[in-house]
Amino acid sequence: MRYRLGQRVRVRNAPSVGHVRTPGYVKGKTGRVERVHGVFGDPESLAYGGDGLPGQPLYLVGFEQREVWSGYAGGACDRVYVDVYEHWPEEAP
Amino acid sequence: MEYDSHAVARLVHDRGGWLTSEPIDRSEHPLADWELLTDALQQSLVRNGLMTVDELRRGIESMPREVYEAAGYYERWAYSIEGVLVEKGVIAPAEIDRKLGELAG
Repeated sequence: MRYRLGQRVRVRNAPSVGHVRTPGYVKGKTGRVERVHGVFGDPESLAYGGDGLPGQPLYLVGFEQREVWSGYAGGACDRVYVDVYEHWPEEAP
Repeated sequence: MEYDSHAVARLVHDRGGWLTSEPIDRSEHPLADWELLTDALQQSLVRNGLMTVDELRRGIESMPREVYEAAGYYERWAYSIEGVLVEKGVIAPAEIDRKLGELAG
């Protein structure tokens, strides 16, 4: 596991090529690792008949809503939680 | 509230935060028999190792935009199942056409 609970990570703002589970709205956004789900077959391989190996750790990442949506009118504590495979985030300061 | 577009183009299925002028239909609605069958078919195919749920998703995501937009939820599943099974050589398009002919006849 590259990341640990509570660590801040930034999702790479890279184009989705092929089948990608990372939703566009968190690309380039920074959040915090809230949970480590475990290691799963890589969907970007499984989607094309591949074996899904090497497996990818999957993290639950919490993002502040006001960081994700410009003009967000809700509370400052509101978060959106997204499952992100390990090859999408990078360390954030 | 606006989607903070940050340069990367999104595929048709990647809809979180898309602006819409229409209210979202949150009502429950009963499924038609063919929709239940499509769900069962997909689960059976996965259980028997003929396709993965990731392949199902990929098949849906690669639908032409206008076809995707015009299709219902399980129509997208059926479209993808057919495409993936043909691609993997599990079924041939001629087999599907023949069966459709039988059903129509």
